[in-house]
Amino acid sequence: MKSRNIIEKIWDQHLIHKESGKPDLLYIDLHLVHEVTSPQAFEGLRMNHRTVRQPDRTFATVDHNVPTSENRETKDSISKIQIETLQNNCREFGVELADIYSPHQGIVHVIGPELGLTQPGKTIVCGDSHTSTHGAFGAIAFGIGTSEVEHVLATQTLWQKPPKTMQIKVNGKLGIGVGAKDLILAIIAKYGISVGTGHIIEYTGEAIRNLSMEERMTVCNMSIEAGARAGLISPDQTTVAYLRGHRFAPKDAAFDQAAGRWLALASDEGASYDRTIEIDASEIRPQVTWGTNPSMGTSVDATVPDPESFDSEEKKQAARKAIAYMGLKPGMPIHDISVDVVFIGSCTNSRISDLRQAAQVARGKHVHEGVRALIVPGSYTIKKQAESEGLDKIFKDAGFEWREAGCSMCLAMNDDVVPSGKRCASTSNRNFEGRQGTGSRTHLVSPAMAAAAAIHGHFADVRELDVAR
Amino acid sequence: MNPFQTFKGLVCPIDRTNVDTDQIIPKQFLKRVERKGFGACLFYNWRFDENGNKKPDFILNQPKYTGSSILVARDNFGCGSSREHAPWALQDFGFRVVIAPSFADIFYNNCQKNGILAIRLDADRVDDLIRLASQDRFMLKVDLNQQKLTADDFNETFDIDPYQKEMLLKGLDEIAITMTYEHEIADYEKRQAVIQ
Ligand code: SF4
Repeated sequence: MKSRNIIEKIWDQHLIHKESGKPDLLYIDLHLVHEVTSPQAFEGLRMNHRTVRQPDRTFATVDHNVPTSENRETKDSISKIQIETLQNNCREFGVELADIYSPHQGIVHVIGPELGLTQPGKTIVCGDSHTSTHGAFGAIAFGIGTSEVEHVLATQTLWQKPPKTMQIKVNGKLGIGVGAKDLILAIIAKYGISVGTGHIIEYTGEAIRNLSMEERMTVCNMSIEAGARAGLISPDQTTVAYLRGHRFAPKDAAFDQAAGRWLALASDEGASYDRTIEIDASEIRPQVTWGTNPSMGTSVDATVPDPESFDSEEKKQAARKAIAYMGLKPGMPIHDISVDVVFIGSCTNSRISDLRQAAQVARGKHVHEGVRALIVPGSYTIKKQAESEGLDKIFKDAGFEWREAGCSMCLAMNDDVVPSGKRCASTSNRNFEGRQGTGSRTHLVSPAMAAAAAIHGHFADVRELDVAR
Repeated sequence: MNPFQTFKGLVCPIDRTNVDTDQIIPKQFLKRVERKGFGACLFYNWRFDENGNKKPDFILNQPKYTGSSILVARDNFGCGSSREHAPWALQDFGFRVVIAPSFADIFYNNCQKNGILAIRLDADRVDDLIRLASQDRFMLKVDLNQQKLTADDFNETFDIDPYQKEMLLKGLDEIAITMTYEHEIADYEKRQAVIQ
């Protein structure tokens, strides 16, 4: 048989209807729902007297605008309506909801894997672009709009054009102090934010195989920032080991059977792709973005670029605008950029291993004077785990705020906002103008780099800190 | 959804690449549970200053562009968040057509589902449109059936996926169409139940 890549295998397995001149009708195994992109979809069902076809394949949580303060009280009345609307919709349509006080509550892309809902070979959608996170398990997972949310609720299917496939092969090993976040930021800095448009990316190569599941999620999470529809990694023993024992994962003998099926999904030897890119992991250094899209980034030991050094007038102009917005100067060393706020959280970097890395840097140190630093665990489960390891104490002793789970300052829909003109070192995935609050300035970094910036008050190379050795 | 056939409107050029959905509609406006009323928030941070006053230099605030219904911008329009509030805001503001050399995938789909025609056009031709629309009030006629753009000194054809074209021309309800495949969906579910 012709060798196939994992994207083709999963696609073919989910085909319900294929006809020339039309997109494919694809079955959707898992639909994750949150409060911001679902109210109009449920309303549409109601107006047309439709039901949720497969409530058991649908799972909801509240994350985008929930407060992360200890009492979790929503002061904002419009947010409150949105949260209550989801509660009512889930009750009415029979969908399980990890509600605000539930032990399963958290960022939708963090709890899916944590609960074992995310599994290899599944098609997974959510009204959120970072659904690509779930691809880490070898699933086709992509973000959809609200009309499509309604379509999946009603039919458990979607019309989708077959994607083009792209392989990003990462050869060699990452250096000490260089992590998954640096890897994906470096890829996007090199190839740009639309390199993946129309494609699903499979990440392969030695450096990818060596990543833990949580690190793989960080990489796949940012596929959308490279413009891709989705990103995934073929399942292997790391994937299987992670899934064992999770709530929705198969049990006992069924697990072993499933594991066999999962491993068989990995791309075949000699599988081909529409496009392949290769990079060398050993060349990657810790990354910091200086501009207003995720490709405007560089290494921590470099400088803010000169807009005139770009090769097209369009890029020059974009760089000029970005540097002006960010309040930087061309040629300025990244080291010299001081920060006002540090945010460690989001579906990119809020898992337990991220918090452990940040804690390692923060242990016994103190947040620099004048800096506000927040730690927002991705889920309630992670928060509890971190507390059982004493990480909360390390952070609190160092002067970090220790908060409840949610999206928080990643998009600042709740009270966690970066004030206008202030500068934030953030472990999230988007540095767009105003993303973290009107006029806010965002620099994307890894959790270790964020913690180091909090301690030093400016960007510092984690490879030079004693904890790196 | 209203069918889209031919349409003539005033062109507003936004001379930027990578216009992301956070710019099209900032997140503070995503809390509503309705589909309507987002037009007032379109490009909010570009249109208004901190005190809610119009910024006179932003193009949509210039009297010449009042009543624009066709937006032209550069590469990778609509990147970022999947929020369908972006096309809702464009539509509510009065835009029926968006033209750019390339669009982010989710945004492109979201436009189609709401009866907004997103047209991919060569970068050179987009450049021409931006230039023409920057000089003067520039009216453009869009004929979806013929896949044609025409104006006094502009003529161009465009490509569109035949399926998406038909959906737009007829203004079809996609869910109702999918439901006619009920048999195939149910069969698929039965087969899956056996494997798992
Ligand atoms: S953490 Fe940020 S990127 Fe992730 S789902 Fe929430 S808002 Fe979106």
